[in-house]
Amino acid sequence: MENQKQVRVMTGNEACAEGAIVAGCRFFAGYPITPSSEIAEILSYLLPKVGGKFIQMEDEIASMGAIIGGSLAGAKAMTATSGPGFSLKQENLGYASLAEVPCVVVDVMRGGPSTGLPTLPSQGDIMQTRWGTHGDHPIIVLMPSGVREVFELTVRAFNLAERYRVPVVLLMDEIIAHVSEKVTLPDVSELEIVERTKPTIPPEEFLPYQMTESDIPPFVSFGEGYRYHVTGLVHDETGFPTNNNEEINRFLNRLNRKVIRYKDEIIELENEKDEGARIGIFSFGSTSRSARQAIAMARDKGIKIHSIRTKVIWPFPDEQILEMAENVDYIIVPELNFGQVAHEVEWASRGKCEVIKINRVDGEPINPLQILETIEKLASK
Amino acid sequence: MEKTKKLHKIEIIEELCKGCDICVQFCPFDVLAMNGPVVEVVNLEKCTACGLCELHCPDFAIIVTKNK
Amino acid sequence: MFNYEKYLRMDKLPLIWCAGCGDGIVLKSMLRAIDRTGLSKDEIAMVSGIGCSSRLTGYVDFNTLHTTHGRAIAYATGIKMVKPEMTVIVVTGDGDATAIGGNHYIHAARRNIDLTVILFNNHIYGMTGGQVSPTTPGGFFASTAPYGNQDNAFNISGLAQAAGASFVARGTVYDAVKLDRMIEKAILKKGFSVVEVMTPCPTAFGRRNRLGNGAKMIMDLKKVSVSVEKAAKMEVEELNDKIVTGILMDVDKPEYTERYLKLMEKLQNQSK
Repeated sequence: MENQKQVRVMTGNEACAEGAIVAGCRFFAGYPITPSSEIAEILSYLLPKVGGKFIQMEDEIASMGAIIGGSLAGAKAMTATSGPGFSLKQENLGYASLAEVPCVVVDVMRGGPSTGLPTLPSQGDIMQTRWGTHGDHPIIVLMPSGVREVFELTVRAFNLAERYRVPVVLLMDEIIAHVSEKVTLPDVSELEIVERTKPTIPPEEFLPYQMTESDIPPFVSFGEGYRYHVTGLVHDETGFPTNNNEEINRFLNRLNRKVIRYKDEIIELENEKDEGARIGIFSFGSTSRSARQAIAMARDKGIKIHSIRTKVIWPFPDEQILEMAENVDYIIVPELNFGQVAHEVEWASRGKCEVIKINRVDGEPINPLQILETIEKLASK
Repeated sequence: MEKTKKLHKIEIIEELCKGCDICVQFCPFDVLAMNGPVVEVVNLEKCTACGLCELHCPDFAIIVTKNK
Repeated sequence: MFNYEKYLRMDKLPLIWCAGCGDGIVLKSMLRAIDRTGLSKDEIAMVSGIGCSSRLTGYVDFNTLHTTHGRAIAYATGIKMVKPEMTVIVVTGDGDATAIGGNHYIHAARRNIDLTVILFNNHIYGMTGGQVSPTTPGGFFASTAPYGNQDNAFNISGLAQAAGASFVARGTVYDAVKLDRMIEKAILKKGFSVVEVMTPCPTAFGRRNRLGNGAKMIMDLKKVSVSVEKAAKMEVEELNDKIVTGILMDVDKPEYTERYLKLMEKLQNQSK
């Protein structure tokens, strides 16, 4: 890899594929679907050149299964899809979550439900990324809002997956995936790349699902002398199925705690507060681009704004939202769906302010003027 | 003088035996028989240590040792 | 006397399977076959799906992976791609591999990826209580075929042959010695290999169809088994209700991960 900053014109899908290579992704399994296919196409070209493997599987389900197998065998692994495919991945995504197999799943959102609007953007999968697979489970979901950020967050997705032994969803939408932007890529040598830590204890002492102080068990790949069992059944520290109430409790509590307790390390957001602002805006993904423009226009008109733009949607930045809610009268939530995140903001703000939804579901981005109009209306109240 | 025949050894591990009857059916010489929930050796002197019972026991519950 | 303990997680015994179930016979045959290959335990990944037979991976001391229903071959494909030097063995059943996982089964065969699939065919969904499976013969009863099965059954070995496998064999738990040889050959074969094993489910299939206990069902396998050599000299009609056993296919052709490694090597040399 080049060891200096590169200036490039590229799309979000290209940035994602190249970010994956830089992050150390060496296995990709996928299935064609609009608007994510370019990620697979680019990786089919790049991976074999850098000693990685690419395979186009027979379906979305198989792709998800294959990356779990690939990850267990020792490779940083990824798949990419869009809504209908993401629905199919839920079964094995739950497996990765329960069996604590690091992997990255890219979901480029298009309009839904069902086949929906294959070529048009949406943010309709946000709740599905959180609760798409059955049962309570940990997951981390990142939402980039520009091409350079796609690159950075793709690298971060792998780092988080490896660090917390959890599937990480990189949640883009069609706008971010297909927009071409001039970007200055970060100096690769300065990027933090998290690698799997090999165990220091001998195989006979190794517990694949050990209760450790960190809540994150050590992780060893298959074929390295630590023979162990991995199952989608609820298991004890040894990795074997259990029906013991205490063991079940201990495991499921640890599993669900391990992301929440590191929330502060995981959540990454921009928090810009004008002193005395009565109006807040919470934005993410492509809609934060519309929000940014509207905020600039509002500030030009002398309206003070408290803006939070998050790059991590799950775990949810509820504390930051509560802090904002305590100081503003309104939080505007623009999103390309009927209000999936607004509900979450309502919960996080605990009635301390009013949550104003701006929604659009017709396949077009939200116009900054529409947000500005709402801001002005609220400012005059 | 009658020559005393050396007997082979058949070990039944009762904790593992599920009493499925498979070994009994495979034994060519009726050495084994069901006794309630587990199998038992009823005719050891007829055993030729052919090993068919051990080979087909699905539960690792029977071990035949040839007496040399 | 074979030392099974070398390969077993002894503390997990007794096996979960019912009295008279043939799955344990297949398990033992697999261990004997693996022993003959001389492979070390660390080199072997054993991957299973969901169902009775798929519980096998919990008992054996390899790198074991008990996956989701039907998906074992997909997970195994990922392992084999990333670590082609590992021997990857898939343990699956008729429902797991040819109903919910049918797509993965035929496509792995098409790719000719070096996986060995040991497919336990007991003609029924045992673990969920005896529902009709893709290999339940017509007219037989199942909990979801209370009036007799109206469906046609898959020939699952034939499916693998048609889809592009390198090695396909069919054995029975009656003839465990022959089964050992088939499994050994399948593991050593470079390419997609399937060993379909006919094994009785007395609890969910036998009882409902008045086939007797597991022991009787195994003895009956002998009566309906015909070797592939003998079958070649028989009329098609004579083979109705018979099980043709032996090596059904054994061909040499390029294997998927080998091809991919060659491609990688070529590309990496070009960029030097």
